[in-house]
Amino acid sequence: MQTTKSHPKSLFPVSTHYCAGCGHGIVHRMIAETFDELGIQDRTIGVAPVGCSVLMYNYIDVDTIEAAHGRAPATATGLKRVRPDCIVFTYQGDGDLASIGTAEIIHAANRGENFTTVFINNAIYGMTGGQMAPTTLIGQKTETSPYGRKSENEGYPLRACEMLATLEAPYYIERVSVATPAKIRKAKKAIFKAFKYQVEGRGFTFVEVVSTCPTNWGMSPTDAMKWSEEYMEKAFPLGVFRDRGAEKDKTETGADK
Amino acid sequence: MPPNDKPYIEIVADRCKGCELCVSVCPKDCIELDTGAVNVKGVNPAKYVGGCVGCGSCVQVCPDVCIELYKEEKAKKSA
Repeated sequence: MQTTKSHPKSLFPVSTHYCAGCGHGIVHRMIAETFDELGIQDRTIGVAPVGCSVLMYNYIDVDTIEAAHGRAPATATGLKRVRPDCIVFTYQGDGDLASIGTAEIIHAANRGENFTTVFINNAIYGMTGGQMAPTTLIGQKTETSPYGRKSENEGYPLRACEMLATLEAPYYIERVSVATPAKIRKAKKAIFKAFKYQVEGRGFTFVEVVSTCPTNWGMSPTDAMKWSEEYMEKAFPLGVFRDRGAEKDKTETGADK
Repeated sequence: MPPNDKPYIEIVADRCKGCELCVSVCPKDCIELDTGAVNVKGVNPAKYVGGCVGCGSCVQVCPDVCIELYKEEKAKKSA
């Protein structure tokens, strides 16, 4: 009898400060498992965002730098250029990446910087108490859109994957979800692939995770998962937007035949 | 630890926040909230009540990574 699923080595066995049922914990575990599997824990540097996951370094056992709000991709760019042997990743929420840090992520992606970004999209500003984010769905009620977000007033939800997929440089872009165990398994594969590409030095990799915020959505964790599946995944369709690795494999195998 | 070779899970009760996600995804209903106990966080932690088939759904979904699954390792090992 052996344990087949145990606590990842790269994750501290501590209790997190996240609310009950928060998707951050699931994504932290997947990232830590990826480090264990690739054996890169000792040479990985994380860049934490401003948001709920600002205390990421208390949970993921790798060196971590805290960047100014939204500037994680710029910090990661510098890190990766100075220490190309290190594995660099940024972990950003939608308040960090999609609003104040939009310029940084677009230009880092456009330069094809060789680091990985994990983008947690829960359609709300979690840490500050549930205000409207750029990714908030049309009609969704938040603290600052109490009658629901209206497109004529506040615009439409910002789709980061689609936006970055218009650029030439990014190597891998995928949107995944953590709403069900099956989707979590897929998400794990996507995160693993993104870090694997970085280890191989292929280029900029980006994984967006459609997550939940039970507290600020005003739902139980179980209902939040259902809501995420029903509404979030409609506004933010899951899928691979760019995978140069798979394209390359395809042309290579095609050429072999 | 049960000495048989059936799969089972162990829950670190003090890290559990009682979010019930594991309860909602378990296909065999073998996890429930322990209403007779309160952990250090002041919530009723999840409790294993038996009947695990080793699917690992609860392990996947637990945001606090407090569930460990024990089952016979298959010969195939995926990286």
